[in-house]
Amino acid sequence: MSSRDQNFKNFWRDFSVNKIAVFALFIFLSILFVAIFAPLVSPTDPYDLNSVSIMNSRMPPMSEDFAGNLYVLGTDGAGRDMLSAIFYGLRVSLGVGVLSGVFALIIGSIFGISAAFFRGKYETIIMRIVDIQLSFPSILVALIILAAFGKGVEKTIIALILVQWAYYARTARASALVEINKEYIDSARCLAFSNTRIMFKHILPNCLAPLIVVGTLQTAHAISLEATLSFLGLGLPITEPSLGLLIGNGFEYMYSGDFWISIFPGIALLITVASINLVGDHLRDMFNPRLQ
Amino acid sequence: MLEYILKRFGQSFLVLFIMSILVFVGVNLVGDPVEMLINPEADQAEVERVIRELGLDKPVSEQYWYFLTNALKGDLGSSFIYNEPALKLILQRMPATLELALFSLFISLIIAIPLGIYAGYKPNSKASKTIMAGSILGFSMPTFWVGIIFIMFFAVYLGWLPSTGRGEIGSFLGIESSLFTLNGLSHVFLPALNLALFKISSVIRLTRAGTREIILQDYITFARAKGLSEKRIVLVHILKNILIPIVTVIGLEFGSLIAFSTVTETVFAWPGMGKLIIDSIYNLDRPVIVAYLMIIVTFFVFLNLAVDILYTFLDPRVRLKGMNQ
Repeated sequence: MSSRDQNFKNFWRDFSVNKIAVFALFIFLSILFVAIFAPLVSPTDPYDLNSVSIMNSRMPPMSEDFAGNLYVLGTDGAGRDMLSAIFYGLRVSLGVGVLSGVFALIIGSIFGISAAFFRGKYETIIMRIVDIQLSFPSILVALIILAAFGKGVEKTIIALILVQWAYYARTARASALVEINKEYIDSARCLAFSNTRIMFKHILPNCLAPLIVVGTLQTAHAISLEATLSFLGLGLPITEPSLGLLIGNGFEYMYSGDFWISIFPGIALLITVASINLVGDHLRDMFNPRLQ
Repeated sequence: MLEYILKRFGQSFLVLFIMSILVFVGVNLVGDPVEMLINPEADQAEVERVIRELGLDKPVSEQYWYFLTNALKGDLGSSFIYNEPALKLILQRMPATLELALFSLFISLIIAIPLGIYAGYKPNSKASKTIMAGSILGFSMPTFWVGIIFIMFFAVYLGWLPSTGRGEIGSFLGIESSLFTLNGLSHVFLPALNLALFKISSVIRLTRAGTREIILQDYITFARAKGLSEKRIVLVHILKNILIPIVTVIGLEFGSLIAFSTVTETVFAWPGMGKLIIDSIYNLDRPVIVAYLMIIVTFFVFLNLAVDILYTFLDPRVRLKGMNQ
């Protein structure tokens, strides 16, 4: 057995101690599957104008139209099948959340590790910026970006990256500072490896555990924040209907008692965010040496 | 010490300056407010007159300079829509936001501190585990969606509480607030509970972590050895020591409540400054957007400055570190 298999086995042994976390991981993977294969698993294509009829608008859950199609979660104001709309919405929400998370992880790690590596004025400036940014609540940072530069897919992603990068930079720097004093870095320096190689081939892999913990929790936060911004009408445009937009669309029908249009996308969002948070919470306990 | 404080002051002003450029230039690049303001049938001459009147014909750098010099005199420009000073509009709506944030802070403390202490005091009991699982759920629930559920359940379905707007305003000791009338309280309750939800989760976690640490301290063992009742240990020895870190964090959290109130105010149509900024973004009311963002950024920068300086007085370790920098 290779050492990588062994590592994974050890990881799984520690991870599976917490049954709730295992269940949450299973739920999250199922959601991920649905999101990736949304066009295949959805009963209808909610954005195909030919198959959507306004005659079917605002039908309660479990109702059938004249053609005998069943709408398990009902339909929205335009006659779209809610279940399909939620599947497609998950796709947009997860896509934006994960994409911004990955970019923020890369940018934050580069700044954090290089700050720990080069020290001096460079480190002071970077960490000062991080401190200043973290003193603002995330929603305010996103609001400043989107109010100043307008809405849109790229702008929402940029806002989410800006909200998150500082957390990664702080985490990466803290763990890199510990790693840099270890002997293997000294030996890498003696071998005259380039700075870039030492930073990203030697230091980075050893900082990954805490970065992954921050990554899961931040991604959950990013998905939730994107939904909030899109609900407020500041985030994604109507052409990219994320869960937040679906909830916002249902908001106007709520006073007339059509609860399902807002409720179900919200439940999908809640399950997604909660399952990621539960996994992240358990990972944090696992990697926390004080609790072992 | 004085050098450190001066340095921090300098940094704060630098942040404000950079922010003002970013916000002003950004806002002035987006959309065309004239198109939204003017009658679509207006002729070219009329359009040009409005552009000149609003000062939009000048280059952005000149507009910024004009904005900055006026801002330093306390004039943040006038709203395109309301034709009133932006600062006045925001100050008019500030009491509503502050009262919402204060009330929700109160709710979150009342609920979260007892639950947090319990979860830390008996970490392995079933109830504690439920509390902690609940706090993760509270963390994960999007505020705006919970607000919608509240409206749907308490206002539409049960019809117990009003769902929109601010109620009657009463006056007490010269302070005007809807917290002083029954009708006002019934209006503020749902939005405040909604806003508090996120804070409840984080304060529970904070209190629990603090309680778990304090329980291991020698003075708790000593108090037990003295034969004090458990009730007295919890209510006096634990509670007193837990309040110090909680109060500091809450100072900062109050700021984030004001920032997050934009969401709650939009859901509940609460006439505060958060709703004003969202409406202004829709209407491309540039002066109000810029003024709101600058006011709230200034507020945060100085809140942090105050907390940092306070720390240097309270904790000598921070003082030494700050001096070495």
